[in-house]
Amino acid sequence: MLDSNISLLAKGLGETVFMSFASCFFGFVLGLPAGVVLFLTRKGQLLEQSFYHRLLSTVVNVFRSIPFIILIVWMIPFTRTLIGTSIGVFAALVPLSIGAAPFIARLVENSLLEVPQGLIETARAMGASPFQVITKLLLPEALPSLINNATITLITLVGYSAMGGAVGAGGLGQVGYQYGYIGYDAFIMNAVLLLLVLLVFAIQFTGDKLSKKFNHR
Amino acid sequence: MIQIRNISKTFRQNNKVFRALDGIDLEIAEGDIVGIIGSSGAGKSTLIRCVNLLEKPDSGQVLIRGKDLTTLDSKSLARERKKIGMIFQHFNLLSSRTVFENVALPLELEHVHKTEVSRKVTALLKLVGLEDKAAAYPANLSGGQKQRVAIARALANDPYLLLCDEATSALDPATTQSILQLLRDINQRLKITILLITHEMEVVKSICNHVAVIDHGRLVAKGTLEQLLSGNSHPVLRQFINTNHMSIPQELYKGVKEKYAEGLFPLVEIELNGNIPFEKLIDTIYYHFQIPYKLVKAEVEYLGKANFGKLLLHLLGTDKSNENAIQYFNQNNIKNTIKGYA
Repeated sequence: MLDSNISLLAKGLGETVFMSFASCFFGFVLGLPAGVVLFLTRKGQLLEQSFYHRLLSTVVNVFRSIPFIILIVWMIPFTRTLIGTSIGVFAALVPLSIGAAPFIARLVENSLLEVPQGLIETARAMGASPFQVITKLLLPEALPSLINNATITLITLVGYSAMGGAVGAGGLGQVGYQYGYIGYDAFIMNAVLLLLVLLVFAIQFTGDKLSKKFNHR
Repeated sequence: MIQIRNISKTFRQNNKVFRALDGIDLEIAEGDIVGIIGSSGAGKSTLIRCVNLLEKPDSGQVLIRGKDLTTLDSKSLARERKKIGMIFQHFNLLSSRTVFENVALPLELEHVHKTEVSRKVTALLKLVGLEDKAAAYPANLSGGQKQRVAIARALANDPYLLLCDEATSALDPATTQSILQLLRDINQRLKITILLITHEMEVVKSICNHVAVIDHGRLVAKGTLEQLLSGNSHPVLRQFINTNHMSIPQELYKGVKEKYAEGLFPLVEIELNGNIPFEKLIDTIYYHFQIPYKLVKAEVEYLGKANFGKLLLHLLGTDKSNENAIQYFNQNNIKNTIKGYA
């Protein structure tokens, strides 16, 4: 009995970790460029384009205002065409990544805003191209802040993935919901909570450490 | 040769129009060190930023070695900028990079080969005296060291022109002098033209061969420092030299009367504007007018052969000779004011 519980929890933990990290990765694949574009097209920035800034900003705001649980359900047809199914860990990655991307875009934009304007000017005075300004200056200078934001995103995604568990995404959320809540098993329920708390602590701790390591200010 | 022709720049903010630069003309000879001095808000920062087009002027031309930068597209402009080094008041070093990596940045942008980068950066760090700091991060350096790194970085692409935007304003006087010494060295050894802007007369006096004074977006005077200071120097420039107000010392002040009375002697403030040497003035008062005097306060600057500054003299001669002396001052254009009688 205990053995099967432990393997159930281990499997759930593995799935949650996978979903959080993978969707964080895909979220950054979408959100990082979007955040950079949001930043660069701002008024007074390198590639000032108020029309595109407002357009992208609106898209980001729209997606950020959709509650995640609704987003999962709303995206089911899209998920099905992309993955072939709407249940399971891989299917969950689609709404998780799409849900995280606009959040990440805003965080990235904010991280880049922290880079002193004088540095961008210095790079321009050196004759750097806009692409070089991004890769050689903006992203490296914002790295500690970006790591902090990745930490926040990961922790948010742990929560999102648990929410997804309620509608068939797998992971600790599903274990807690199905066996703990529906199956009325207090041990499973509390074990799931404890594991989630430990996971969040571990992510925060590692994130802080990494951010500090890259911060030379 | 750098020619700035009829540059104007207007800023608009909240429907308010501010004319930062108003028809600026300036020529800078190759190998020269030129200083532009002005108080804050005079437009000097905008002017230097117009030279490499960090700020785009509304009208006018920036001709550098015959090429008009204002007409270039962004790619050609970037190419020209690589040959114009720039240093800033707040150094603008990348906190994520070591000293070595900061200096290497301009070379990386040019895709220079690693061994060449290493050779060049090492040589530059040696030039600015920071070989031992190559692996340090900017956060662990002093202000003067940071500016040295910034100078090394600005020189990485072998520029022919170095722009210094208030480069010493965040540094203490001793560090300022050492940075200026370095700039002078660079100018002489590498034959790099230097254009700097500052609000400190010390900077101009220390290294500039030519000076321009900017006020309310206009260049009100230009020439060598001695030219500017001799004869009718511009009031704005004078303000930079005679900055200190001569106050009467407390002890003496108690006994000072506003009106002349028997037995009181005049306290005269004299402004030296380069038209009479300090020693000659003192000698004339003592030997020619036979006035024993008390030099209460003096602040004299020696710029070339000219003397500038202010003196506070207590003339203790007879009424007649005191009057003659003051008449002599007035006849010789020596600005004087009687501060009281004591």
